[in-house]
Amino acid sequence: MSEKVILNVLDHPNPGTLANYEQVGGYQALKKILAEKIQAETIIAEVKASGLRGRGGAGFPTGLKWSFIPRHFEGTKYVVCNTDEGEPGTFKDRDIIRYNPHSVIEGMLICGYTLGAKVGYNYIHGEIWAEYEMFERALEEARAAGLLGKNILGSGFDFELHAHHGFGAYICGEETALLESIEGKKGQPRFKPPFPASFGLYGRPTVINNTETFANIPYIIRNGGQKFLELGKPNNGGTKIFSVSGQVNKPGNYEVPLGLPFRDLLAMAGGMREGRTLKACIPGGSSVPVLPADVMMDVTMDYDALAKAGSMLGAGSVILIDDRICMVRALERLSYFYFEESCGQCTPCREGTGWLYRIVHRIVQGNGKLEDLDLLMDVSTNIGGRTICALGDAAATPVQSFIKHFRSEFEHFIEHKRSLDGCH
Amino acid sequence: MGVISMLNIEIDGQQIEVAEGSTVIDAADALGIYIPRFCYHRKLSVAANCRMCLVDIEKAPKPLPACATPVTDGMKVATKSEKAIRAQQGVMEFLLINHPLDCPICDQGGECQLQDLAVGYGGSSSRYTEEKRVVINKNLGSLIATDMTRCIHCTRCVRFGQEIGGLMELGQAARGEHSEIMPFISQTVDSELSGNMIDLCPVGALTSKPFRYTARSWELVRRPSISPHDGLGANLSAHLVKERVMRVLPRDNDALNECWLADRDRFSYEALNSDQRLTMPMIKQDGQWRETDWQTALEYVVHGLKDIKADYGADAIGALATPHSTLEELYLLQKLMRAHGCNNVDHRLRQSDFSADAAQAGTPWLGQTVEQLAQSDAVLVVGSTLRKDHPLMAHRLRQAVKKGMKLNLINAVDDDLLCRVANKAIVAPSAIVNALAQVVKAAAQLKQVTLSEAFASITPDANAQAIANSLVAGKQVSVLLGNTAQHHPQAANLHSLALELVRIIGGNVGFLGEAANSVGAYIAGAWPQGAGMNAMQMLASPRQAYFLLNVEADLDSYDAQQALSAMMQAKMVVALSAFKHHAQDYADVMLPIAPFTETSGTFINTEGRVQSFNAVSKPRGETRPAWKVLRVLGNLLNLPGFDYNSTEQVRAELLPSGETTGKLDNALKQLNLGDLSVKANGIERIGEVPIYQADALVRRAPSLQKTRDAQAPQAWINGALLQQLGLNVGDAVQLKQGTGQAQLAVARDDRLPNNCVRVAGAHPTTMHLGGLFGAIVVERA
Repeated sequence: MSEKVILNVLDHPNPGTLANYEQVGGYQALKKILAEKIQAETIIAEVKASGLRGRGGAGFPTGLKWSFIPRHFEGTKYVVCNTDEGEPGTFKDRDIIRYNPHSVIEGMLICGYTLGAKVGYNYIHGEIWAEYEMFERALEEARAAGLLGKNILGSGFDFELHAHHGFGAYICGEETALLESIEGKKGQPRFKPPFPASFGLYGRPTVINNTETFANIPYIIRNGGQKFLELGKPNNGGTKIFSVSGQVNKPGNYEVPLGLPFRDLLAMAGGMREGRTLKACIPGGSSVPVLPADVMMDVTMDYDALAKAGSMLGAGSVILIDDRICMVRALERLSYFYFEESCGQCTPCREGTGWLYRIVHRIVQGNGKLEDLDLLMDVSTNIGGRTICALGDAAATPVQSFIKHFRSEFEHFIEHKRSLDGCH
Repeated sequence: MGVISMLNIEIDGQQIEVAEGSTVIDAADALGIYIPRFCYHRKLSVAANCRMCLVDIEKAPKPLPACATPVTDGMKVATKSEKAIRAQQGVMEFLLINHPLDCPICDQGGECQLQDLAVGYGGSSSRYTEEKRVVINKNLGSLIATDMTRCIHCTRCVRFGQEIGGLMELGQAARGEHSEIMPFISQTVDSELSGNMIDLCPVGALTSKPFRYTARSWELVRRPSISPHDGLGANLSAHLVKERVMRVLPRDNDALNECWLADRDRFSYEALNSDQRLTMPMIKQDGQWRETDWQTALEYVVHGLKDIKADYGADAIGALATPHSTLEELYLLQKLMRAHGCNNVDHRLRQSDFSADAAQAGTPWLGQTVEQLAQSDAVLVVGSTLRKDHPLMAHRLRQAVKKGMKLNLINAVDDDLLCRVANKAIVAPSAIVNALAQVVKAAAQLKQVTLSEAFASITPDANAQAIANSLVAGKQVSVLLGNTAQHHPQAANLHSLALELVRIIGGNVGFLGEAANSVGAYIAGAWPQGAGMNAMQMLASPRQAYFLLNVEADLDSYDAQQALSAMMQAKMVVALSAFKHHAQDYADVMLPIAPFTETSGTFINTEGRVQSFNAVSKPRGETRPAWKVLRVLGNLLNLPGFDYNSTEQVRAELLPSGETTGKLDNALKQLNLGDLSVKANGIERIGEVPIYQADALVRRAPSLQKTRDAQAPQAWINGALLQQLGLNVGDAVQLKQGTGQAQLAVARDDRLPNNCVRVAGAHPTTMHLGGLFGAIVVERA
């Protein structure tokens, strides 16, 4: 079995506790940094060398993001963790908070130390209250152990970390909407530029990373960036937690090296349930393009390979769709989600997501016309790339990829006013 | 200041150099290339939410919003490429899918940005066949009508509240397609600048409630004019159908009102069409008012003036005018009176202390331009309900505070100025002089300047120290005397102390001109100038005859009780007015004169700017411009020099250069410091003039009278005094000053100083009370 970076804590008793985390080398990275007074440049270089890319979906190189923070800026800076995991198919950050919250705390501490920030926030999704409480307990443990607060481990380094419980809006997972939400405002994305690195929380330079991204940091510092990179493949360093859902025998989170063939991941998840055949897969969460089974069976699970195949790794939320699922109804469900979750700030998304949903809904009601498919493609094209944030693209992508790969299924539905035989 | 670097940008093949920090839309506007937009407004922050201004920028994979994209050097932009047009058309289609396509029944039709741009970027038919959104309307008060289904969520109105109005009265609630612009639950929009949201709304979602469905934009004739209310002299445009003013909109003038109007500038036009207009000359005979012709009425006035002069001397006449009258009217009034031998002329009806008159070096004014004032970095406002007395000046100061100006306040009330007030001293009216003296003393100590004996016993408290520190640290300091300071019984002391303060720290003393022509009235000579009685004297020593120009004695005077009794005892009162009013009880003749829209004339604003205007409509009924009435009276009295044929001739005689240069000066030849101690003596009144009672027009504008700011006066008292008097909120109290009284409900405001009752003046319910300041008796009713 390959090495795990985050979920290795499950091999030891009482995951989620400080004692458990210490079993896997917990807080050794922080202690090393504080004891050896390692320079910020060195840490950033190490993170860059690791090839770690943002685990929230965009895959932006983490070391590069950190290097954008003006380190000589005199005033307050912030470190923010995005645990507002709300996209259909995603459930990895929940497990990280459950089983390895201290890796996130340590990762944020290291980030704060590196960038000269003294305050951090972890924004936790509104619909996971129990995990929010677990994280608060982990913070208490860390404070009690002198790992948070003033003069951490006698080093003179101060860092306070706050958990912030969201209220369940999908849009608050968009980093600038998340910042607005922490500030107590309505969660609506900001226009960028300026980016959070220069104008973030309360207008201060802010680094904001995904939970899994932070959770990888201690390993990189303990073992060196090169070691982390070698876990995966070039430009796609490290392991990745894939949240596998759908009609498989063992749905769940699997931490595997980036670059693992999809068929191996499917096998780990116990394969498709009896009698089912894979029809399609959304490999990165509902906002990335769906791929037909034949394409999927030949890809490896990493940023570059999935991009080449016409989709995205996203947050690593692998949604498996079998041959009994009606793609029209599946799209209706997804379109409803984006319609409901649009923040309403900018025109194409506010107006367009409702239009898309209503057309698909009308098709499902048996009132579709063949021209509707071209209309759907055109309307979604008018949303994608025209909005303040990526929610517009997220709403457009499923529509375009579903129709692109499964047009005949849509045509069948429109013509016969029902799903393909055997599908529902 | 660093050197501003310039960047080159090419838009649609045209080159332009713009300053760093400019956006693409700025550069395109400078080139005269129009990029369609809805949410962008040059006076508001950039929201980039409508997406209408998407343009094609070289090397950018996606179209970018021109309003939010900063120019970079060498940038190449195409606003009409296929990519740009396709993006703009896409946005337009989205805007229209849920927008009603019923322009013919929409009040915005004909002046709607969505309608206009839909012609250029919209399809001829809609591809949207689903159900359209319907949004419930909101009640925002008496000024703004809503049709929220038409809203395109540009958030201009929201940003106006946050950034200009100073209070976020509207917000966008809910998410996605369910987003709605709304006030906080069941609240109305109460800002004194609210009407600007109507102008800002690019569609028919927010429209003018009084104007709604009364005219179409294309049938309106637009004529420029000047606001007749406060001293700013906001530039406005009257929109008429035939000879009726249907609405008023701002005319841009970045030196004064920018693109804004206060609600009273915008909605007071309703009074012009009021049924309270006086449209025929009237004479009272045997206690009955009878309509008559001008000839008869004027002869009556001439005989009256001659008889009074013959019987009692010309000094038995008192002439009072409001500073809302035009320069020409005021000039002719004083010329007529002086030629008739009477020097009792005054426009300062709400002033109570005239002891600085002899020392006045020139006409009191703002001391600088409005734009210069906005550049100040430290300001002290003395005695002003700033937002209500000078709504747009308050906005200017608010914007300046955001940029770092330190605003300090000495006042009797602590109303929210909707901006950060650096330091404030909230004291009883009787302690304002002392509070300002403390600041002078503290400043003198900081600057090591010696003061006169008058300051010997003054000890600055912490507030005064803080204010002085703030002002001394300023590089450009302004000390402003507001309406309260001007009405104050020790106005001359305050004026002197303000001068003393700037002598010590440098800077400017300015008067916030109460009325549209407060400066003009001085320049016109409509004050005694050492030769006659001032307004207070004329009323305190009742005259045999009064000649009133636009004056409602009971509402425009410092001491309504005194004014009313003077009018009642007079043998003759001549009232020149655009409205029927309380003069019916005490006048003998009423002459219908034109309001500002029906006469040409000039207002000189508080910064000394001469703004002449033409009539926008014909006088209503038998109404005549007052300057013509005064000219004919001069002829009938056989006085020389009344041969004018136009207001231009009148103005040329008074102001040959057309400018006020050399006439404006706030200096006093001799300071009046007097006794600077606190003169508390029992419970005292804080008498303000409510925003929608300040002049004859706003009093008769029904929509303004329905606003929150027009609520009937209450007796505002702080908790300590309530307890002392054993009163509760809502109790009825009897207020007594002199021989008069008023019964009001008690309201609580703990920000008021001790031993004070805040009771508005200039209101029918309080017109039997005495002076705006001074002792008042409070008893349970």
